Amino acid sequence: MTHVALVQCKPRKGDYAGNLAALGTIFAQLRGAPTDLIVLPEAALTGYFLEGAVYELALAAPAFAADLNRVWRAGGSGVVDVVCGFFENDAGTFYNSALYVRLGGAEPEIVHVHRKLFLPTYGVFDEERFHTRGRRLGVFASTFGPAAILICEDAWHAITSTVAALKGARLIVVPSASPGRGLGAGRELENVVHWKSMLANVAQEHGVYVLYAGLTGFEGGKGMSGSSCAFSPRGDVIVEAPALGECVLRVVLDNAEVDVARSTLPLLGDLQSALPDLWFDPELPLPRASREPVES
Amino acid sequence: MIAEIVAPRYDPGAALVIDGATTAAWLEGFLRDELVGRRNITRAVLGLSGGIDSAVVAYLCARALGPQNVYAIRMPYRHSSPDSLADAQSVIDALGINAETIEISDAVDAYLRCAPDADARRRGNVMARMRMLVLFDQSARLGALPIGTGNKTERLMGYFTWHADDTPPVNPIGDLFKTQVWALARHLGVPVAVIDKPPSADLEANQTDEGDLGITYAKADQILHLILSGYRDPTIVERGFTPADVALVRRRVDTTHWKRHLPTTALVSATAINEFYLRPVDY
Repeated sequence: MTHVALVQCKPRKGDYAGNLAALGTIFAQLRGAPTDLIVLPEAALTGYFLEGAVYELALAAPAFAADLNRVWRAGGSGVVDVVCGFFENDAGTFYNSALYVRLGGAEPEIVHVHRKLFLPTYGVFDEERFHTRGRRLGVFASTFGPAAILICEDAWHAITSTVAALKGARLIVVPSASPGRGLGAGRELENVVHWKSMLANVAQEHGVYVLYAGLTGFEGGKGMSGSSCAFSPRGDVIVEAPALGECVLRVVLDNAEVDVARSTLPLLGDLQSALPDLWFDPELPLPRASREPVES
Repeated sequence: MIAEIVAPRYDPGAALVIDGATTAAWLEGFLRDELVGRRNITRAVLGLSGGIDSAVVAYLCARALGPQNVYAIRMPYRHSSPDSLADAQSVIDALGINAETIEISDAVDAYLRCAPDADARRRGNVMARMRMLVLFDQSARLGALPIGTGNKTERLMGYFTWHADDTPPVNPIGDLFKTQVWALARHLGVPVAVIDKPPSADLEANQTDEGDLGITYAKADQILHLILSGYRDPTIVERGFTPADVALVRRRVDTTHWKRHLPTTALVSATAINEFYLRPVDY
């Protein structure tokens, strides 16, 4: 069993030191119950809409991990894994990233860094003006088992979760900062309705747990729509938060649930079988050095 | 013959339906974060005209900050309708917010004696700017943040005085069309008399917004929504609006973009503010 805490937080814009201190308070709260994995949102310690200030606040992954480790160790002993979104400065190239790091040792152990693949640059978003996009979707060994991170819009593309599942992921973690929009006739924001529908489909289609941690609070009029949630490998929502307000969601993941879900609805296995026919279709707009015959 | 299921015809009003409870909760959260969270200011001050926009904002502020932290300023000119004062009072009474009436007649007339040729439009702009002068001074007196009351329809139609109605640093209803403000008002329990009366800037006798604009808010909002959604005029006409109405709305939007921006600054460097040097408003 893996005990997870999803943290829905509201950082103070640009106040990295203050937000780190606030994280220390959250860590102290989380120590009150078994916690193996803590998931924080995208841009969790700076705020999301930074524009040019991203160059002032971005950190190298080791420096960011060291800060997290210092805050964790200041609250006591023990080991915990953390997923946290941050703006990454990799020798002068800037990414919207999230790292998976093991805290508690003398030095933090960075298990994986995911750099956001799909940078929204339309409407209210302007990411590609300030960041470079990541080029790789990795699956790594989390405390739960094989896992992948998809940051916000990464998860809006069906192919990303599909690739992650095909590469073995049994858990997909989605740190997000989603400005609320669409106050339609329903009781939920339209973007939240879309998120939940999409994440449920990801979980059910691939038989994976999905953990979604959303930033909350307003940033210059744009309200981050929180709504952190977790989905079982059957696609059922296990726990969910409101759009506004900081909170912690606790959920326990059971690896056996993945096997049961996949045996009941073996869509991932079906895809593994059919994938070559789809992937090597010469009509797909993919550059290939050489193409194998589609038909055997 | 098997059954046919026909998709419903396009309903241009359906896209503008809002859920009152969700909208109110969202905007209250916005006010709390903008005032208390970001600025550490617990008080709000607004001009309460007796119309629906400022009434809705008063309700939202009272719910977000507590009525004891909301200051409504009534700023009548000598020609303002007595009904406006009475309608504003009904909001004040219903909410239990702080209220004050500051006549702007003497101040406006003092200037207008220097501008005897001012027509109705210029006189209206002077009154609107005088009200904002008063509101910001009261802001300094009360330690309260001025709250804007302009709605999305009037912002898009350019139906406001630049650097007057649009001046407060925080506006909870600026992304709501007028018809959505009406819906929100009904949810909040704004007095019916305020909701049902014809909207008016109350700058001249018998003035109404819809008379000034030449189109009803119901039509204008739907056309605006389609324009902002990226539809071209012929498509909008196909959806049930007259070419004249579509052209009227399109013209008002296209000729007033400048009113929705800060002043145009000549760019001469590679560090021009808000062009190269980019920082969000809350940084």
